[in-house]
Amino acid sequence: MAECHPVGFQWVMEAKARGAKVVHVDPRFTRTSALADLHVPLRAGSDIAFLGGLIHHVLARGKYFREYVLAYTNAAVILNEDFRDTEDLAGVFSGLDREGRSYDNASWQYAGMEVQAASGERDKEYDRRTGGERSVSESGRGEAHGSGGAPLGGGEPRRDETLTDPRCVFQVLRRHYARYTPELVEEVCGVPPELFRQICDLVTENSGRDRTTAFAYAVGWTQHTVGVQYIRAASILQTLLGNIGRPGGGILALRGHASIQGSTDIPTLFNLLPGYIPMPHAHRGEDLDTFVAAEAPRKGYWGHMRAYLVSLLKAYWGDAATEENDFCFDYLPRLTGSHSTYETVHAQLDGVCKGYLLIGENPAVGSAGAKLQRLGMARLDWLVVRDFSLIESATWWQDGPEIATGELRTEDIGTEVFFLPAAAHTEKDGSFTNTQRMLQWHHQAVEPPGDARSDLWFTYHLGRLVKAKLAASDTERDRPVRDLTWDYPTKDGTAYGEPDAEAVLAEINGRDAHGRPLSSYEQLAPDGSTSCGCWIYCGVHADGVNQAARRRPGREQNWVAGEWGWAWPANRRILYNRASADPDGRPWSARKALVWWDAERGTWTGHDVPDFRAGTPPGHRPPPDATGADALTGSDAFIMQADGKAWLYAPAGVVDGPLPTHYEPQESPFTNPLHPQQRNPVRHLLPPHPDDRFHPVGRERGADVFPYVATTYRLTEHHTAGGMSRWLPYLAELQPEFFCEVSPELAAERGLEHTGWATVVTARGVIEARVLVTDRMVPLTVQGRRVHQVGLPYHWGPNGYTTGDAANELLHLSLDPNTHIQETKAFTCDIRPGRRPRGPAAAALVADCRRRAGIDEHTGREP
Amino acid sequence: MGVRTWIESWPVYRQLTGDDPTGRGAAAKSPESARRTPRTATADTVVKSVCPYCAVGCGQQVYVEDGRVTQIEGDPDSPVSRGRLCPKGAASLQLTTGPAREQHALYRRPYGSRWERIDLVTAMDMIADRVIEARRQGWQWEVDGARTRRTLGLAALGGATLDNEENYLIKKLFTALGAVQIENQARI
Repeated sequence: MAECHPVGFQWVMEAKARGAKVVHVDPRFTRTSALADLHVPLRAGSDIAFLGGLIHHVLARGKYFREYVLAYTNAAVILNEDFRDTEDLAGVFSGLDREGRSYDNASWQYAGMEVQAASGERDKEYDRRTGGERSVSESGRGEAHGSGGAPLGGGEPRRDETLTDPRCVFQVLRRHYARYTPELVEEVCGVPPELFRQICDLVTENSGRDRTTAFAYAVGWTQHTVGVQYIRAASILQTLLGNIGRPGGGILALRGHASIQGSTDIPTLFNLLPGYIPMPHAHRGEDLDTFVAAEAPRKGYWGHMRAYLVSLLKAYWGDAATEENDFCFDYLPRLTGSHSTYETVHAQLDGVCKGYLLIGENPAVGSAGAKLQRLGMARLDWLVVRDFSLIESATWWQDGPEIATGELRTEDIGTEVFFLPAAAHTEKDGSFTNTQRMLQWHHQAVEPPGDARSDLWFTYHLGRLVKAKLAASDTERDRPVRDLTWDYPTKDGTAYGEPDAEAVLAEINGRDAHGRPLSSYEQLAPDGSTSCGCWIYCGVHADGVNQAARRRPGREQNWVAGEWGWAWPANRRILYNRASADPDGRPWSARKALVWWDAERGTWTGHDVPDFRAGTPPGHRPPPDATGADALTGSDAFIMQADGKAWLYAPAGVVDGPLPTHYEPQESPFTNPLHPQQRNPVRHLLPPHPDDRFHPVGRERGADVFPYVATTYRLTEHHTAGGMSRWLPYLAELQPEFFCEVSPELAAERGLEHTGWATVVTARGVIEARVLVTDRMVPLTVQGRRVHQVGLPYHWGPNGYTTGDAANELLHLSLDPNTHIQETKAFTCDIRPGRRPRGPAAAALVADCRRRAGIDEHTGREP
Repeated sequence: MGVRTWIESWPVYRQLTGDDPTGRGAAAKSPESARRTPRTATADTVVKSVCPYCAVGCGQQVYVEDGRVTQIEGDPDSPVSRGRLCPKGAASLQLTTGPAREQHALYRRPYGSRWERIDLVTAMDMIADRVIEARRQGWQWEVDGARTRRTLGLAALGGATLDNEENYLIKKLFTALGAVQIENQARI
């Protein structure tokens, strides 16, 4: 955090100054470790064993917050009797289809009822919830369905308030983590038991009524084949300790781009519509009603999905969206399996995808399997790159690594390339959503230079031109384009003027039937009388005022600072903060008060905006036929959930299991000591490709060709793929060269010299880096063996003021099956002294390593 | 310059006699520095902004003089950052005004070996034509008998560095075009 979010880290130091203990768990000793009370080096890729060990400790020693757990979680819920745990089935859950690489999650459900998830892969429930057919899917992975299953859910789940029923979630959890002892933690993570015990004590002593513990993770946690399960493991721990929805608690994702949160909320992502409404999958005979019936739960705020979706369709298609035509639901394109950026690369290689727009992103350096990215672009008809400078993704046809090796020749590449310079944040109005869900408006200071324009300008005028060119078309295919509302005012009123960003924000916020701005998503209607471009952002333009531009100085406000910017939803700064009060609505302790029930006034109140319907008293019991938010009880603090509870166990929504289980990464020098299942059996693999091969693992023949663990990361002085940092002389000077970090022990083992060169090689590629020999890289003892880890910052590429090889040349495409995020944080490699070969010899070295390791298209692909 | 002024211009004299005994403040200041005014003091306007790098969202103040950005500083009002910026944020003046920014629309012909300048409006018109054609070529009304109403002919990548309003228009336009391969850094 001190490295990548240094200004945010000031608050950790504030807390430390007030007595908080800071623990840093990371394979590397970084600037964060230097300021922490305790640094815990662990083997990259072993975090579920580590967190599972903490869960085991909490359960075995009775350290959980029992009242919180009983009131606000699903610990007491009785599970379906067909459910089988990984402890019963040698490392897999019930419902695994090995051939199809997917789980049928019917047996994971609650006994006697079926709940829908508040996020994640909701399409899995489609057939059970509609009686309709399964999704059409090219791979089956992630979308496959079983037949039958639990009946459509009504009523409330069965509970055992004593938490003793062997089939209740609490007991299932206890059995699942029974073997995650300090000894197992040592065997998997390389963390000695006495060190691990210190962490257990620090975390549990600092949790409860009077104290809370926070977990902060940089999004490296997501970059694993079990990335979602990493976060789930932290969620289970934090929920057991009562650290969710309370001040000083939570699990804080430290995201790395100014609006990466915003680009997830208002997604430029294939599987989502704005506000986390799922993109529809292709089903025969699907209409708006069946979609909503399949995706929306009966209870909680997701019960109003129809209102959110219809309001979005009205924002998109305006008057053309009517009750009679299902509000143009049919205009939405439908998914068949994953269409993630990595599938897109394969679609380019296969000649299906012919045009590509890169908008402030540099995949030729920044994406795993960088070579595949470039090979894909070389097959395109056309490519548009919008950026500040000529990044590698714009110039690969001229001077990319494949030109150097002779694998591609410029004169043979047919891709037409447009480079359009982009406006900077100082040259346009707009809002960023930061990592705490807060929107902050930045104002235009000056006009962009030359041909530079905002991406708002580019998208608006592209849409305007396409609409004009299709205006005379009478084909059904073009109707969604013709009917699209696209009449944004330009600031200067000219044909090619800059669109008014606040007019777009007003559309995102939404309007009522009279065109007046809405102030809350509670006002959204399912009948087409409201429009709203992103339901969770409803209220950001309340009263026609840009709430994201509010800047009341922090020193003039309380510690929540609710009048600076605007946080979704409804300007709440801490999600699920109803849980900061006990079931009767009183703060768990005066020290940790955040929101509470004011019985005299009959309303929730407090320092933050309550994340709960203001007038619902703590003792409220809804009538049995209530739906949506009306069905929430006065103590259902987790208002988005189908049962109003935090899920210690996830009966739906997570495709690779209801509980996190330790699996080894795709590539690991070790055999999984926990069970015979080496890797996540449903991890997402892309089709085999000669430049995307996997390594043998554990005791397999050839694994010793790649004996070291590697992990990639960022530095303070650079930014992701370097497009916003390698072209700046200041930053280039501060961090002038690509390097790898190795321990003195590994340096001695491989003859690596400090400040000399090293060649790092995998089955995908070879790179060179300056060697940084440092005690910060601590060799670990795992399963009685010494393991070395190699650290690789991934900012570099061949262009800019500071140049170097891209670490992503080394990476493979084995992905988390929920998020389709690649495993860049734990893989294996070899490292040797000296510079890498040039020209065709570079490709020959990689081929030789593959041959020596016996690698073919089947290696590492077993479920 | 009189003798007295000459002596008083010695930093060591000022350090010994003034209120800066460690010699790290006023005592070390040269007359040249004393005469100068910071760019921030002469700016015509100060515009409130947000750092464009990571997702902490530090407040920035953008100083503008004669229609040019002359300095970018941390915003002390921000409850997020309290005026601080990290090395990247502090370098954002160079990001926004540095010479490495390309200012011309460029075009590389198929099989071409170099960049050519292209008129921006011409480029936009060509791109619109190509979007329409790639969309048509990759069009799929159905897959295995289920309606898909989409195209796999074009894709977009990017969004995490953009504004919410920009992402909104991208998702809206490409969804209406039937493109599903719309992605950004959040997955990478």
